[in-house]
Amino acid sequence: MEKPSTLREIITDWASDQPTFRMSWGKAMMWIFLLSDAFIFGSFLAAYAGARLAATGPWPAAEKVFALHIGHTEVPLLLIAIMTFVLISSSGTMALAVTYGYQKNRTKTGLFLMLTVLLGLTFVGMQVFEWTKLIHEGFRPWENPMGAPQFGASFFMLTGFHGMHVTAGVIYLLIVAIKALRGVYDRLGDYQNVEIAGLYWHFVDLVWVFIFAFFYLL
Amino acid sequence: MPHAASHTTEEHHEPTGFWSRYIFSQDHKVIAIQYTITALVVGFVGLFLSWLMRLQLGFPGEFNFINPNNYLQFMTQHGMIMVVYLLTAILLGGFGNYLIPLMIGTRDMAFPFLNMLSYWIYLVSVILLLAAFFVPGGPTGAGWTLYPPQSVLPNASPGADWGIRLLILSLAVFVASGTMGGLNYVTTVLQLRTRGMTLMRMPLSVWGIFIASILALLAFPALFVGGVMLLLDSLFGTSFFIPVVNVLGQQLGREGGNPILFQHLFWYFGHPEVYIVILPAMGIVSDLLSTHARKPIFGYKAMVISIAAIAAIGFIVWAHHMFVSGMNPYFGFWFAIATVIIAIPSAVKTYNWLLTLWKGNLHLNTPMLFALGFVSTFIIGGLTGLFLGNVIADVPLHDTYFVTGHFHLVMGVSAIFGIFGGLYHWFPKAVGRMYSEALGKLHFWVTFVGSYLIFFPMFGEGFLGLPRRYFSFKGIESFSPIIHDLNVFITIVALAVGAAQLLFVFNLIWGAWKGRKAEANPWRATTLEWQTPTTPPPHGNWGAQLPVVHRWPYDYSLPDAPQDYIPQTTSQRS
Repeated sequence: MEKPSTLREIITDWASDQPTFRMSWGKAMMWIFLLSDAFIFGSFLAAYAGARLAATGPWPAAEKVFALHIGHTEVPLLLIAIMTFVLISSSGTMALAVTYGYQKNRTKTGLFLMLTVLLGLTFVGMQVFEWTKLIHEGFRPWENPMGAPQFGASFFMLTGFHGMHVTAGVIYLLIVAIKALRGVYDRLGDYQNVEIAGLYWHFVDLVWVFIFAFFYLL
Repeated sequence: MPHAASHTTEEHHEPTGFWSRYIFSQDHKVIAIQYTITALVVGFVGLFLSWLMRLQLGFPGEFNFINPNNYLQFMTQHGMIMVVYLLTAILLGGFGNYLIPLMIGTRDMAFPFLNMLSYWIYLVSVILLLAAFFVPGGPTGAGWTLYPPQSVLPNASPGADWGIRLLILSLAVFVASGTMGGLNYVTTVLQLRTRGMTLMRMPLSVWGIFIASILALLAFPALFVGGVMLLLDSLFGTSFFIPVVNVLGQQLGREGGNPILFQHLFWYFGHPEVYIVILPAMGIVSDLLSTHARKPIFGYKAMVISIAAIAAIGFIVWAHHMFVSGMNPYFGFWFAIATVIIAIPSAVKTYNWLLTLWKGNLHLNTPMLFALGFVSTFIIGGLTGLFLGNVIADVPLHDTYFVTGHFHLVMGVSAIFGIFGGLYHWFPKAVGRMYSEALGKLHFWVTFVGSYLIFFPMFGEGFLGLPRRYFSFKGIESFSPIIHDLNVFITIVALAVGAAQLLFVFNLIWGAWKGRKAEANPWRATTLEWQTPTTPPPHGNWGAQLPVVHRWPYDYSLPDAPQDYIPQTTSQRS
């Protein structure tokens, strides 16, 4: 008998009458949504690259624009570094919430979800501070004192759209946290919704890493 | 627990009130009909706008209410309505919703509530779209491609203030609705197939809709992003797409924008969009041809692979719409090659359709006629696409009526033929009554012959250099006098064909109201939707037990079989 190749086995498995992915439809749907959302952010970043390449004015130096003064020393990107640290930490607390969810530990799941919500709120709060500061310094979507107008336009567009994702995530996680604490998932016998919310939250963090790299560092 | 068992045990409470049953229904069949009716109504607005354009082109100066401004507005809205709000909505929202759960043997979409939301959000986008006719300045007249800078600079094109903003808003809402729908269609096909329904036993209609939904999920983001940036340029005075512009010696306070960037974003969406409407139509036509020719589809596997190949290559050909945009000419080389490569899977599909018909027992009823019409217009439209895929031929032809003729035949008329065929084919199942075959055939012949009479002369006009998007050709003496006669002819035919669509509307309404009661399986078809316990299918589709699939959907005219079709639910042994 001829031994079927591994590739053929994979294809046969995949095309069988079982669910294509061994997971609930809810989780599969979230993955597919995130793929689509990744294309949105991909398009945003590509469009930002196109606008930046075409801009005729000088492109402001991000480390100068986003510097904070501590006493008399200028620390470049200090706020952004803290924001990044906060958001990545929130991914850690989210992962803990998912783990405790698998252990059906209602209190700890709820606790770490709430902690994630708080860290997310901190991030949004710092972003509000950053926007306010820049607006006071004369940054507008249509002009800025440091150079090409596309700089401010891209900044407000990219961070604004990401910030909306974080805000939506905070509300989403808050609902999941309340449901977890009220024992809804205990009664269902299934904490999967925590994991699905976690997928979204990790994705939003991952997107921030790209924005951080391409907008603030480059 | 095996997934099939978990579905059967799922509880489906049938809603009883009028509102929850027919208006805010979460039943995929009701949502499908809501989508279909809404899309057809908007489609008739689009059709009416094309009449107004044709009146101006055929009889310039006779109709005083048409001026250059509103001519451009009619043209823009006609294009946008037909491509997005009619074709995309009816094929994914209408056929996708109706056929996917029935054809793969599930009770409903994965997430019925999101599905319902998708329809209502689509309705909001339609209202926003039509609202643009009532704001100061009217709807945008920048062409359906919305190219900046003229689409957003004040007074550069009609509707450059509120019209364009409303349209972008409407498109953003449509993208949200399309994403909700698309998530459901893709997830349902992947995760909720009934027992025995392997991927390679799915009818080609489901394949076409499935792949098109993936395309929608990956292509709409670029439209959304381009739209957001365009809206910022319009509302907040950013300069993403606006370079230094001089108007009457006055320099506008904008600089450094990149108008070509918008074209890239737009066509990164716009080209896959063409396949979003043609792939479901191709799938529907494949099923119609096989059923009404009483023959298995020829080369099923090749059909599936070519659908996937067209979709995949479709993402790397977008800049063939931009050969005259001023982008780097070296891009043209790559995009021309990729474009011509798409002809291969398209040709595979066309040959397979023809070979499915070969020596078949053709039943020339209305759905079959429309399917045959599709193959015909797709061939003519597709072959003229090869001209335009080549940079050197595209440059002189691009801004002429040759392009108008090409895309109307290949994705406008073809897609609508697939839709008409599908609507007639599944009407007995969805409504439980038959339409009038005689009226249907009359509708087909007028529309089919009329479409060629309208769009074929446009190829000639294009070769003669007649530019598209012009309000009037008065004062341009260099055009051959035949062009004016052709335009009069096209206009008269267009008015007649447009009016003939009322036959279709009348036929469906009359059929639903007074038509003969339909049998459960009037076409003697094999696929699951014809094997439901009642017609129209009940809420939850299948009664107590989900169907079990034993074979592929194209077992027609098997030798030694007792009848000329074997439903998918019949086991292999019997």
